[in-house]
Amino acid sequence: MAGGEALLKVDTEISRESFVALYGRSGAGKTTLLRILAGLLEPEKGIIEVDGRCWLNTDRKIRLPVQQRQIGFVFQDFALFPHMTVRENLRYALKPEKDPGLVSRMLAMVDLEQLADRKPAMLSGGQRQRVALIRALMRKPGILLLDEPFSSLDAEMRQELQDQISALHRQFNLTTLLVSHDMAEIYRIADRVIWLDEGKVLRSGPPDALFGNVRLSSKIRLTGKVLRVAKSGVVSIVEVAAGNTVIKVVVTAGEAEELHPGDTVGIFSKAFNPVIRKI
Amino acid sequence: MAIAYQPLWLTLRLAVVATGLLLLVGVPLAAWLAASTSRFKAVFEAVVSLPLVLPPSVLGFYLLLAFSPTGRFGGLLSSLFDIRLVFSFGGLVLGSVIYSLPFMVHPVQAGLQSVPASLKEASYTLGKSRLRTFFSVLLPNIKPALLTGTVLSFAHTIGEFGVVLMIGGNIPGKTRVASIAVYDEVEASNYPAAHVYALLLLLVSFGILLLVYTLNRRLFKS
Repeated sequence: MAGGEALLKVDTEISRESFVALYGRSGAGKTTLLRILAGLLEPEKGIIEVDGRCWLNTDRKIRLPVQQRQIGFVFQDFALFPHMTVRENLRYALKPEKDPGLVSRMLAMVDLEQLADRKPAMLSGGQRQRVALIRALMRKPGILLLDEPFSSLDAEMRQELQDQISALHRQFNLTTLLVSHDMAEIYRIADRVIWLDEGKVLRSGPPDALFGNVRLSSKIRLTGKVLRVAKSGVVSIVEVAAGNTVIKVVVTAGEAEELHPGDTVGIFSKAFNPVIRKI
Repeated sequence: MAIAYQPLWLTLRLAVVATGLLLLVGVPLAAWLAASTSRFKAVFEAVVSLPLVLPPSVLGFYLLLAFSPTGRFGGLLSSLFDIRLVFSFGGLVLGSVIYSLPFMVHPVQAGLQSVPASLKEASYTLGKSRLRTFFSVLLPNIKPALLTGTVLSFAHTIGEFGVVLMIGGNIPGKTRVASIAVYDEVEASNYPAAHVYALLLLLVSFGILLLVYTLNRRLFKS
């Protein structure tokens, strides 16, 4: 959210070592919530408690500074320091008393040793992402906060990095919060979703329970947004945007009444065998 | 033809001292202005920019009044600390710092505002204090702005005339800087000497500006 007042009303608990996705359309308050957790934003009223320790209590005027919160934050633009090399970026993050060998070990973990002496401008999007990720982990935080970290990457890179994040999440026993508006991504890596809408929790639970009650099966199931509902004789034609394609579905007049542009809908197909072809 | 080189050295000394002080004063001020959301920010910005539009003689006149030993503030300085700012090198420095303030503050403030907020925030989430972040993350990323501010302040101080004349007068060896020496020699119809001062000022100023633009292009645009 780019400045301005926003209404955000969230009351939730996140269990340790879980991987939680904050889902919702843009402007729903996902990033704002993440920034409040990190201490980069202060809400008018709120309480944050982590492992029994109070991070924020506006009533009691407690506000733990961002520097003292045990978090790692990966920014949407990665926020790598442009004047430092990859290695210097990591070393900057190191706590003074920590062993300098950690830098090399982290670099090795994500296959970046070769690029350690490059400046961020000389890296690809995926490489920058990995540097931002391990930089956020240099201080061994308990909580990892990811603000739409995949939005600027192509599909192939995304998948690779999602796997890497999953692996690091387990390896470092992290509690991870991921801001995302990509259902497929959430399906892959999160074990719980908090679905925000206009600053409130719409629903929360495991991804498969939330995004339609359909377990993985041979049926085709797509999720999309209604673009248009057009009456055509006795039936109506609904245009749904799912991924990069627009699908036209015929519905009865009664069904059409309940569908409006902007609605999120699931599309199911049972009657035909899907044809699969490598592209 | 005998030329006194003293005015040139004095000019140089004044510019170096004033620029040094401007770095100490102007950079924190610019940082505050860049980050501030205070209601009074506009007032401070206007005050900093005043020397851009005000005739230097006006500024010099008020400085002269303020620091005159017969005045209240000047008298206080004189009696308490034995500081006399009128017709002295100290007065020239103070006048120059005020006069060149926008040339330091504006580029640095603009530079700081152009650094993405996420860099600062990333540094905070890595446990670094505001001060550490300022010196390790923000300043290194606005080197072109710092260079521009430093050199413009330096060049602007070399070129000032009105403020210096008002508050410093024209005391040889003490407050007679090169720009005043030019005026003085012309008054005395000593054109060859005026020419030497004028040409040197012209060449030095041009050289400095050329250096900034070349460096800014070469060092920082990749």
